[in-house]
Amino acid sequence: MVNSIWFGMMFIALLAAAVTGRMETVTEAVFSSAEKAVTVAFSLISIMTFWLGMMRLIEKSGLIHWIVRALRPLATFLYPRIPKEHPAMHAILMNMSANLLGMGSAATPFGLKAMKELQELNDDKETASDEMCTFLAVNTSSLTLIPTTVVALRAATGSINPTEIVGTVLVATTCSTLVAIFFDRIFRHFYRSRRQRGRSKCSR
Amino acid sequence: MLQIITDSVAAWIIPSFIFVILVYAMLKRVDVFDAFVEGAEEGFSTSVKLIPFLVAMLVAIGLLRSSGALDLFIGLLTPFLVSFNIPDEVVPLAIMRPLSGSGALAITTEILTNSGPDSFVGRVASTMQGSTDTTLFILTLYFGSVGIRRTRHVLPVGLLADLVGFVAAITVCRIVFG
Repeated sequence: MVNSIWFGMMFIALLAAAVTGRMETVTEAVFSSAEKAVTVAFSLISIMTFWLGMMRLIEKSGLIHWIVRALRPLATFLYPRIPKEHPAMHAILMNMSANLLGMGSAATPFGLKAMKELQELNDDKETASDEMCTFLAVNTSSLTLIPTTVVALRAATGSINPTEIVGTVLVATTCSTLVAIFFDRIFRHFYRSRRQRGRSKCSR
Repeated sequence: MLQIITDSVAAWIIPSFIFVILVYAMLKRVDVFDAFVEGAEEGFSTSVKLIPFLVAMLVAIGLLRSSGALDLFIGLLTPFLVSFNIPDEVVPLAIMRPLSGSGALAITTEILTNSGPDSFVGRVASTMQGSTDTTLFILTLYFGSVGIRRTRHVLPVGLLADLVGFVAAITVCRIVFG
């Protein structure tokens, strides 16, 4: 699926550029976008290194057990099959706490760490597990308590009350997260059965 | 008042988090420096491994934006989204938000500058910007980092959640700000 999406995006963009006569702009965009991608990855190095160091401290000191205990009901509901004290659960809960507290820079490192640990538990290394799908569904809809970037942007553009959207953001993000969790649960079965059908065909 | 609280919470939260982690670890007699360095080691390799995935995705999105294909797409989708009660000024934002974080932020900045942050459209744009994350970027980043190729239902679920988030943002803004 990723292959056809990527091909489709590139193909449509190049066709559109030919039609609108923007070949020169597109040539520049190729290299500036590639450069931006590398910049993003390099800026990740610093925050990954720092927060993964902190993560080890949280685990070694046992502080993680308090966090696990506090978020246990939510964790068992979302990820019933991951053992409570597995490193994957630790990273997932740290990612959840960082998102809730509005620490965007810490949420990504914990999230990537969680994916790495979830991959250890995954039987089919090329296909996303149920837990990965749920984790991504929750993350893409981003449950945030304090939308720091937007508040700063509103203040910068001269708003009288930059924080007045905190409440509306909370409602909207809760709606999208609940929908994501709900549809993840439903679609999961459909996609799983299709995959298993494919597998049984192969084994025959 | 709320502004002051939010500002100070934002400024205090990370330092206090670090403080609590360090002091607790010290009390539990963990060798804090050694443990930190040991954990931090993974950071470099994980980030560098992401480069090919990020280049592929950001180039594709950069091309879609610069070629005018995205504008064309926005033009085609506008009548459809307007029927969902989405004001036409925020349609480009609704389409850009799941695709490109920097693109969405640029559109939000434009709306806030042109229509004013305290206008209805400005409030809707702020709510939309704050309430969801860049779905495609997170997918590329998270799945890319572990080499997952078959992403199953994650993309449709993410996009559906974005759509619901946008409709919710507009509805809530209508109710709260009239």
